[in-house]
Amino acid sequence: MAYRWKNDLKECDVTPEAAYISRRQLMAGAVAGMGLAGLGQRAQAEALEPNSWEDITSYNNYYEFGTGKDDPAYYAHTLKTMPWTVKIDGLVDKPGDYAFEDIMARMTVEERLYRFRCVEAWSMVVPWNGFELSDLLQLAGVQPGAKYIAMETANRPDEMPGVKYRTLDWPYVEGLRMDEAMHPLTIMATGIYGKDIPNQNGAPLRLVVPWKYGFKSIKSVVRITAVDSEPPTSWNKANAREYGFYSNVNPEVSHPRWSQATERKIGGGLFAARMPTLKFNGYGDEVAGMYAGMDLRKNF
Amino acid sequence: MPASSFMNAVSVGPCCAPNPEIVVSIAPTVACPARQFKAAIAAAGKTLRMGITETINTAMRRIPAWPLYILGVLPAIWLVWLGATGGLGAEPIKALEQGLGKKALQLLVLVLAITPLRRFAGLNLLKFRRAIGLLVFIYVTLHLLVWLVLDVQAPGRIWADILKRPYITVGMTAFLLLIPLAITSNNRSLRKLGPVRWRKLHKLVFPAAISGGVHYLMLVKGWQIKPVIYLAVILLLVATRFIKRRRSVANG
Repeated sequence: MAYRWKNDLKECDVTPEAAYISRRQLMAGAVAGMGLAGLGQRAQAEALEPNSWEDITSYNNYYEFGTGKDDPAYYAHTLKTMPWTVKIDGLVDKPGDYAFEDIMARMTVEERLYRFRCVEAWSMVVPWNGFELSDLLQLAGVQPGAKYIAMETANRPDEMPGVKYRTLDWPYVEGLRMDEAMHPLTIMATGIYGKDIPNQNGAPLRLVVPWKYGFKSIKSVVRITAVDSEPPTSWNKANAREYGFYSNVNPEVSHPRWSQATERKIGGGLFAARMPTLKFNGYGDEVAGMYAGMDLRKNF
Repeated sequence: MPASSFMNAVSVGPCCAPNPEIVVSIAPTVACPARQFKAAIAAAGKTLRMGITETINTAMRRIPAWPLYILGVLPAIWLVWLGATGGLGAEPIKALEQGLGKKALQLLVLVLAITPLRRFAGLNLLKFRRAIGLLVFIYVTLHLLVWLVLDVQAPGRIWADILKRPYITVGMTAFLLLIPLAITSNNRSLRKLGPVRWRKLHKLVFPAAISGGVHYLMLVKGWQIKPVIYLAVILLLVATRFIKRRRSVANG
């Protein structure tokens, strides 16, 4: 089901004021004093502007094409994204190879202006185009026994110069708990600024989970598997002390090597100021409920 | 190197091996003993090498060291200029910080290579060592300043980072170790300390260089090849200092 979530990041002049306050925020506002809650949200919305196409497509982490930030933009053109199929398997009613065109024909693509917070303490604001992951999962019919979703990136040594090096254990794999995967904020992005998503950003389709650190949002997905237990994830396998399965954006829990309390938005030039990082990257109203009662320091 | 000096270098060699190519071609036919053959090759190689190094050493004697300071800081100015004018991409602060840090490491490798180059290759670049060493210090200082002023920004966090983040602690250690070296890099200090104490003090460059390499290795995500290579080269160059000098037969 598309259009379940209303953006709160648009510029004030183009979106009616009321649209900034989502249903959940209204409910929270009713308890906490609506006026104040709404005001804070608006102030934030005004400060946030989407990054330029140039920023978004030239500064990437996509280690299959190299570890430099400009490597993906330089090398990713070799990735063949046509034809593309996504294998959906595991605990689903209709497992199989789904052609990208067939998926797109059945999905409703909408724009989502999201904050994007990298674990390296930089951030962007990206106008994604995509569809909700839950819609794709419904297409395949997730069975009740499935508790997690595992995903896998293409692993093509001929097209990806970076996989020659064992920087990570290829292929790149990620995963979400089922409620996270089904959350209306969780999308599969297929475009940016209304254009097809460039290879360096994870063409032809990639996950976007805006309240988690960027590395959770796996790129160029070739396989989606419904499973009954927590699937392995690449960065967790590489260094479990530094990268947890959940990896929710949390300014209170430091990365062992650096603080996560602040971030710097890309595109601010040589004198860009750091700004405070928001818990759940600012999406706490929508997602904090899923982690109620969990120790977020332990489940980092 | 001009071809004429190459020929000169060969012609002054031992008469039994005027040219390595000839040695290779005649060796099997005249059935020289293998040992003799090897010795001839080695002698030819040595002559060649000595010719090249001699030429370089002579040329180097004519080049003054002071332009190195000017040439050396040009990349820093260039990097800052690029950063200020949008030439360093979407995140110029990190690009500048890393660019300066990498330059410092490269210069450190160069400084460490000077002694082994002289000892094992006969190449004498000693007169440039002070300039390169000071350039290392300049680049490390700029790298640190960019981190302090542009990157971390909040003074409160700087201390916390130095104490809490091991890779920053290690990097900071390298910087602190380099300070006394930079201060005593002038002739007056050398005279005041005396060559023995001065040399002892300047051995601090070894732990400083290793700290620098470790700092780079510690800050990257995953297993990346570049920091491993830098650290390996640094360790190798430091290790050459532990190779015992063979007492030559003539002097023995």
